[in-house]
Amino acid sequence: MNSKKSFNPVVARINGPTVTSGGMAGAQMYEVVKVGELGLIGEVVRLIGDRATIQVYEDTTMLKPGAPIQRTGQPLSVWLGPGLVGNIYDGIQRPLPGIQAHSGAWIRRGEKMPALDLEKRWTFEPCVQPGETVVAGQAVGHVAETPLVKHHVMLPPDVSGKVNSIVGKGEYNLRETLAVIETAAGPREITMLQKWPVRVPRPIRERLRIVEPLITGQRIIDTFFPIGKGGAAAIPGGFGTGKTITQHQLAKWSDAEIIVFIGCGERGNEMTEVLREFPELKDPRTGRPLMERTILIANTSNMPVAAREVSIYTGITLAEYYRDMGKSVAVFADSTSRWAEALRELAARLEEMPAEEGFPATLPTRLAQFYERGGAVTTLAGERGSVSIVGAVSPPGGDFSEPVTQHTRRFIRCFWALDTTLANARHYPSINWLQSYSEYVEDVGAWWEKQSPDWSEMRTEALTLLQREDRLQQIVKLVGPDALPDSQRLILFIAEIFKDGFLAQNAFDETDMYCPPERQVALLRIILTLYRRGRDLIQAGAPLARLRGLVCVPLLMRAKSSIGTAEKLAELEKRVGEELDVLAKEFLKKIEQPA
Amino acid sequence: MNDFTFNIEDRGLQYLGATRIEGPLVVVERIRDVGYDETVEILGPDGRPRIGRVLDISETQAVVQVLEGTTGLSNQTLRIRFLGESFRLPVSRQMRGRVFDGLGRPADGGAPALSADRRDVNGLPINPFARRYPREFIQTGLSAIDGMNALVRGQKLPIFSGNGLPHDRVSAQIIRQARLLEEKVEFSIVFAAMGIKHDVAEFFIRNFRESGALSRAVMFFSLADAPSVERLLTPRVALTLAEHLAFDCGQHVLVLLTDMTNYCESLREVGTARGEIPGRKGYPGYLYSDLASLYERAGRIESSPGSITQIPILTMPADDISHPVPDLTGYITEGQIVLDRDLFQRGVYPPIAGLPSLSRLMKDGVGKGFTREDHPALASQLFAGYAYVKRVRALADVIGEEELSTLDKLYLKFGEALEHRFLSQGEFENRSIAATLDLGWDVLSLLPRDELHRVSDEMLKQHYLEKTAAIPAPPTGI
Repeated sequence: MNSKKSFNPVVARINGPTVTSGGMAGAQMYEVVKVGELGLIGEVVRLIGDRATIQVYEDTTMLKPGAPIQRTGQPLSVWLGPGLVGNIYDGIQRPLPGIQAHSGAWIRRGEKMPALDLEKRWTFEPCVQPGETVVAGQAVGHVAETPLVKHHVMLPPDVSGKVNSIVGKGEYNLRETLAVIETAAGPREITMLQKWPVRVPRPIRERLRIVEPLITGQRIIDTFFPIGKGGAAAIPGGFGTGKTITQHQLAKWSDAEIIVFIGCGERGNEMTEVLREFPELKDPRTGRPLMERTILIANTSNMPVAAREVSIYTGITLAEYYRDMGKSVAVFADSTSRWAEALRELAARLEEMPAEEGFPATLPTRLAQFYERGGAVTTLAGERGSVSIVGAVSPPGGDFSEPVTQHTRRFIRCFWALDTTLANARHYPSINWLQSYSEYVEDVGAWWEKQSPDWSEMRTEALTLLQREDRLQQIVKLVGPDALPDSQRLILFIAEIFKDGFLAQNAFDETDMYCPPERQVALLRIILTLYRRGRDLIQAGAPLARLRGLVCVPLLMRAKSSIGTAEKLAELEKRVGEELDVLAKEFLKKIEQPA
Repeated sequence: MNDFTFNIEDRGLQYLGATRIEGPLVVVERIRDVGYDETVEILGPDGRPRIGRVLDISETQAVVQVLEGTTGLSNQTLRIRFLGESFRLPVSRQMRGRVFDGLGRPADGGAPALSADRRDVNGLPINPFARRYPREFIQTGLSAIDGMNALVRGQKLPIFSGNGLPHDRVSAQIIRQARLLEEKVEFSIVFAAMGIKHDVAEFFIRNFRESGALSRAVMFFSLADAPSVERLLTPRVALTLAEHLAFDCGQHVLVLLTDMTNYCESLREVGTARGEIPGRKGYPGYLYSDLASLYERAGRIESSPGSITQIPILTMPADDISHPVPDLTGYITEGQIVLDRDLFQRGVYPPIAGLPSLSRLMKDGVGKGFTREDHPALASQLFAGYAYVKRVRALADVIGEEELSTLDKLYLKFGEALEHRFLSQGEFENRSIAATLDLGWDVLSLLPRDELHRVSDEMLKQHYLEKTAAIPAPPTGI
């Protein structure tokens, strides 16, 4: 193949990020090439005869026909090893802090930067003995990547055999040989650094059923529309409905061990916000800064569109790598619509025949490939790991019937529909409880029932109540609430408490931003108690005004932010009970006496 | 035809004749050493050089987009010269106080800007890691913005308007009054006009002159009668200068881009001429990326004290907020100020719609240490109350106002007061943030204390005004 390189491939045509070149006989699909004197990074996306079409990840301004092209013979790959966590990369895994140190505030073209610091020394602790048989994916030792992340130095998926030699505990950099494995094909040297092509899923042993919820600390999600560890969810919403804030909330408080946040074609300032906030915020479970478990991929909307397309794959490959260590990983992609638009833009440049709304006909396949890289699995080494995926979708005009939302729905099992009306009333998260759904409810129900045996019933009862409220609101719009009997107005009243005191959650309130499962269950139970007993009271003739007038009602409304512990919530529950007892004495007796 | 001749005095090669002219596009064959996005100069029979740029280049032919229109060009006789670089603007601090055309050439009769520093107008993406998060509150003196949708330095906050709505007056008022709370620094103003009418341009010049802002303003005019393709470069030229003033000279720059709808239409025009596959409503599929390459040039960076705050103005065709231009803009910008025809017709100035307007960066620029501690909660309560008002109004339309409950009637009063006292103000009335917040509490106090769930008890104690009945002031008019 090397001899073919002497044809000296050159640029033939330039149309935005799409470059056509001649003299590329023997090139492979998705091979990485370096274009022009600046060595702009690109990928081969089409081959016709000896001509190749190349998608260039950088701006092609002033690139000329005849400029040289250098082939690498390798598909686009990411570097895997300690140092990923806490870092921020662009779409093709160039570290943004390194680029800043090298060329200032702007990203210039042809920037080259190693993804990981090759010189940095990590303390390696071996965990296998010479002579031991090891399988692919098995760890030969560990590195404390951050205080939160124990990084397994694993055998690459194609290496297994007998340990020939292994170094002792000590400090090593990414290039030093740590172990030599005697494989069927001869000895292989193992370092901390591996490479993996981004478009190829990393191998696993088998897929597993999802059984555990990904706790996000967001009440409407955990209680009503839970996502399982290894599940896939979509958050669609028009602009201003709070997609990004919801994604940030999930990235902050989810109980995954590793968070990969992909800012794909979104705002620069939002990435800056994450960078500024995450090191300061503490993980509620470990008390360590959130940045110690987070990897950021930032390909903002003004960065080259081809790199936006690949950023999704870069992110998911890093996630799979940590999954292979037996960790639970959560990937947040904001926004998959921008990624789909990048596909559309590139397909148009390739003059592909468009399908719906100009998107390429491969859109559903590409979406499926992405979401299917998530899941709960048994790793090659036999451990349980998971990748959960939450993709934001930005439908044009907030219309959910557009292709990206529609196709995404086919490949996810959890749908959190954001609602403009709720957002306009500043009800956040603006997840619409009537349109959203989760197919993981059954899977994670058992886990929740360990928290509270009646969880499923409570959840159903609350959702039914909210549904009835919606129907009643249709009537209210016509006749006004005063025309309804008290029994129906009770539903409106309780739904109001649900909306303000449970569903709405303030992302900027110290107490409210993260609500652990036990507090969620407690709040849910108190509101339902008020509902159930209120219903009986009203049946017995108590006026709704008396219920509304209970001193505990405003306390309950504010409990989500004013009461931070489960014990204090229990006190509130007791108080609600006592106040209801007083009413019960007065009204329930009235019925009993004539009988 | 198509013989090329060397011209020693000029940069680049000059070619005679073109294969094809189609709308704003000229196709030239048998060219040599031409780069993608290279700037070209085209000479027609009138001898006036027209600027263009290369959109597509192969070994045999180049597709050139003529920015100043192809009227009068002949494919037999035109001369075309490739300038060997992408489109550049000489930038200097001395450009303040001047007026330029849409491509950055002097339009005030003065000499071209003298500067060896010539910048590529496409700019470079800011490294997100090098950005500084915008947090300093800008007081615009408009209660609707300061109180409920606060603007911060380095933000991009568009005004979504409609034809006939007073977006020009509102934006002129913002420019006149915008300042930071502590500092006395004045904003430099970069004004890019795309496809707007002469009288509108005149209005802004007059306004800048009267308020004394003219000396710190730079204006780029590509007016309605200028060739539409030229508009594709106008915002880029303006932002290139803004970047120089902000990040090299350390100034705080307020960039006004009006009207972005016209810009997008030019983009569509060129896309159609090139035979591209159209996206929604015929706009090109890359409209989002293209708009982002403009809007994302706002912000602050770690290595410079300066900032770029962007206020793009766009008119929503048929007041439709889901039209691709406002829709994609809203996805990129950090919120939006929406002007509302209904409010305007009821005599509310500025007619800033309460609910659909939003400032995403407000949360980080207001409250304790920035404006006043009660600011975020107050804004949230006003929004919640106003949302309720909308529901009550819908109900009142059906069952009649008399049938409403006492509480709902109070909400109606609150809604009237919010619109006519809080949102409304004079075109030359500059309210301090303290005055805005106090007015907010004054209006909120029309509602019973128990209704205010989003403010804390301490705030209620401090700011809630006990009053049983208050009569909303009559509409102030304009």
